[in-house]
Amino acid sequence: MPDPVLELKGICKRFPGVMALNDVNLTVFTGEVVALIGENGAGKSTLMKILGGIYQADGGIIRVGGNEVRIRHVADAQRLGISLIHQELNNLDNLDIGGNIFLGREPLFGGPLKFIDRKKIVEQSRVYLQKVGLNVAPTRPLRSLSIAQQQLTEIAKALSVDARIIVMDEPTSCLTLTETNRLLSLIGELKAAGVSVIYISHRLMEVHACADRVVGLRDGKNSGQLAKAEVNHDSMVRLMIGRNLDLKKTKTRIGDVNARIEIREFVSPFFPRHKITFDIRRGEILCLAGLVGAGRSELVRTIFGTVRSLGGDVLVGGQPIRVRSPKDAIAHGIYLVPEDRRKTGLLTSMTVRENVTLPDLWRFTRLALISYRKELAAAELQRKRLGIKTASCETLAKSLSGGNQQKVVLAKWLSLSPKLIIFDEPTRGVDVGSKAEVYRLMRDLADSGVFVLMVSSDMEEVLGVSDRIVVMREGALTGTLAAHEFSEEAVMKLAVARIRSSKKPVSNTMERILEN
Amino acid sequence: MAIIFLAVFFGYALLEGFQRGFATTFTDPIFLGSGNLLNLTRSVGIFGIFSVAMGVVIITGGIDLSVGAVFALLGVILAYLLTNYNWPWPLAVMAVILLAMALGLIHGVLISRVNLQPFVVTLCGLLAYRGFARFLSSDQTVGFGNRTGYELLRTLATGSIFNLPAPFILFVAVCIVMTFVLHVSVYGRYLFAIGRNEEAAFYSGINTKLIVTSAYVLCGFLTGISAILLGFYTNSISPASHGSFFELYAIAAAVLGGCSLRGGEGSVLGIFLGTAMIQLLRNIVNLQGIDSSLEFVVMGGVILIAVTFDQILAARRRALESRLDLKQELETPDGEAAITADGAARTRGIG
Repeated sequence: MPDPVLELKGICKRFPGVMALNDVNLTVFTGEVVALIGENGAGKSTLMKILGGIYQADGGIIRVGGNEVRIRHVADAQRLGISLIHQELNNLDNLDIGGNIFLGREPLFGGPLKFIDRKKIVEQSRVYLQKVGLNVAPTRPLRSLSIAQQQLTEIAKALSVDARIIVMDEPTSCLTLTETNRLLSLIGELKAAGVSVIYISHRLMEVHACADRVVGLRDGKNSGQLAKAEVNHDSMVRLMIGRNLDLKKTKTRIGDVNARIEIREFVSPFFPRHKITFDIRRGEILCLAGLVGAGRSELVRTIFGTVRSLGGDVLVGGQPIRVRSPKDAIAHGIYLVPEDRRKTGLLTSMTVRENVTLPDLWRFTRLALISYRKELAAAELQRKRLGIKTASCETLAKSLSGGNQQKVVLAKWLSLSPKLIIFDEPTRGVDVGSKAEVYRLMRDLADSGVFVLMVSSDMEEVLGVSDRIVVMREGALTGTLAAHEFSEEAVMKLAVARIRSSKKPVSNTMERILEN
Repeated sequence: MAIIFLAVFFGYALLEGFQRGFATTFTDPIFLGSGNLLNLTRSVGIFGIFSVAMGVVIITGGIDLSVGAVFALLGVILAYLLTNYNWPWPLAVMAVILLAMALGLIHGVLISRVNLQPFVVTLCGLLAYRGFARFLSSDQTVGFGNRTGYELLRTLATGSIFNLPAPFILFVAVCIVMTFVLHVSVYGRYLFAIGRNEEAAFYSGINTKLIVTSAYVLCGFLTGISAILLGFYTNSISPASHGSFFELYAIAAAVLGGCSLRGGEGSVLGIFLGTAMIQLLRNIVNLQGIDSSLEFVVMGGVILIAVTFDQILAARRRALESRLDLKQELETPDGEAAITADGAARTRGIG
């Protein structure tokens, strides 16, 4: 065995009120891919932030290449050859791609005048962009890229510093399947070049595909490790949650064709060229699948009324309804559990109680004044029903875990009378244990006669949870799959399919450019 | 905030006490003299009403810089309506308040529909209204003189009810009503929700544009009332200086009272105490014979110290709370299994 390139020994980190890391050890050898797994809040990101110089450890030793080091700064970490790809994007979207890649390390000319050498940036950026398979000009402003492309830029940035150790914290959370595969093969190349990779992901399939060794964290402590031969889905889940997960695929339901909500020739302002028609049937979970940026979130947000549609109808029981704002949608029993919990789903700095009662506050009033007791009763009911783990209903929503926050969003709607609930990426940032619960809740809702529409980019979720799949691509609907047609290939084929074009010639040219 | 209020109060008392002996400061005949105390409460009343108005927009995450200029404009108009055009006073009062609300409406619409920044919109108001006031009056001081016919208004501004200055009584009434509006009504909850996260509030079905606009109209309404009181309090209105910088007193009172300029924080009680503290400070500065040009230095310094302490205390409180939360969480039994069956059964019951 070669010498370890990185050794973390007895790392401790305390936050106010939380022991985030307690005596954690991690060893990484040269050219090894170590996957770090654990539920949200297990301490993975904290550990990596200590490695990257963003946090300081309260105790413990870090050795890089056999020498004990102290990492006080991001710059220290960079000097040691440690490069961090963050879970949240840390790009400056007002700069161009090249500017982001070389941020803080801009090649200079003009001696003491320190002008930035733009030409060099562009040349060198192109090389790294090619490596990650991003074929865009380095001079394009970052904000014009999709989230997935921005993530790839971040990876290109990590490559550009010639790191010995690259930490990837959930690098694929918004990448598509093809992009993920490219990333996995890139990890293989890095490995061959002697670079060590610490890979953090909730997606166990990817971990299985790329990791030489799996290290588990639970509640800020080491929970064991698995050699390559031992790595499989069940063993990893045990490592993460300390028990087996009961995730048996329920029998798919066939929706009632006679009871349905129809989306007819619906046009969202985001993709004004495409009319969308599909229906949601009672009793089924319908999934809107597609690549990131296919216009699914935009479509459901338009249905929910956050922007005005440009045409078409939503028909409930054959009757078109008029939705001009979320208020209208809510009045019709159409609710959205949005993609971005912290920004749009919840008021994170308000309490669980205040969040639950917000959409229909008038119901909790007496003589036009809010009745605390009524509110609390409603919140407690939902808390019990959904099993929201919180100290009390007076806890601020932001101090809850991802899964529990998602339940609070759901609790908002369940205390009303839902007709259609739209889940946009319902398990993003939700840990494995809570995922199963969210799925079960969706299934219960569908069984109880609520129409359920789910938007998901997670292939396991798309195939495992839904009863029928509608696939979109670039704002257009490309096909529908019934349960017996389900397969990863079928979904992907539709997700990258050519749109049956009856559109203006301009669009055809556009598509040809995109295809090439 | 109450703690800070008392701390400053007693801090001052201590300081003075050391200098002059404890007995003298608050038993100082000038301070305690009923004239001074009544003046103090009177100015608390007048400044308090528009500080609460400011608090409402600050809670939504906005700000209103035009308050002082609105005072000048409304003061000039009120004086003209009553003295030059001889309008009956109820009509003139109504016109002035409606005008104030209309200006609020314009601000609100520009902010919520056109998506302009509150700072910019009301800054333009600040410039425009004062300029317009000076134009209307040809930059001459206008006033009510000794004319009769609106004694009630004069009493409200300068008279007393139950031996207390009328503006103070009015302010207390405004505080009581606004406590209900802000802290117990649906509308108030919406204001706080918008201040915390406007987008999430919108996604929860709140008509955010309407609520934001209404906050500025409400602010205008209270500002209109203050304008009338202030006009009769000073009795003459010099358009170039009338109410100048008063918006800053209001913002300072709101911030001192626990409002966050980021929105979503604040309370009527806090604003009450904040206003009282600022007026007390002014009063003390005056009584101590401190050079009046240093008045703002003292106030700026004290406010800065107060909010710094508040920030430090809040950070410690948060740390303590999160520790408590964790403790409770660890003690909460993991009731997942029990919930599963129960939850499924209940969930089926809906819809």
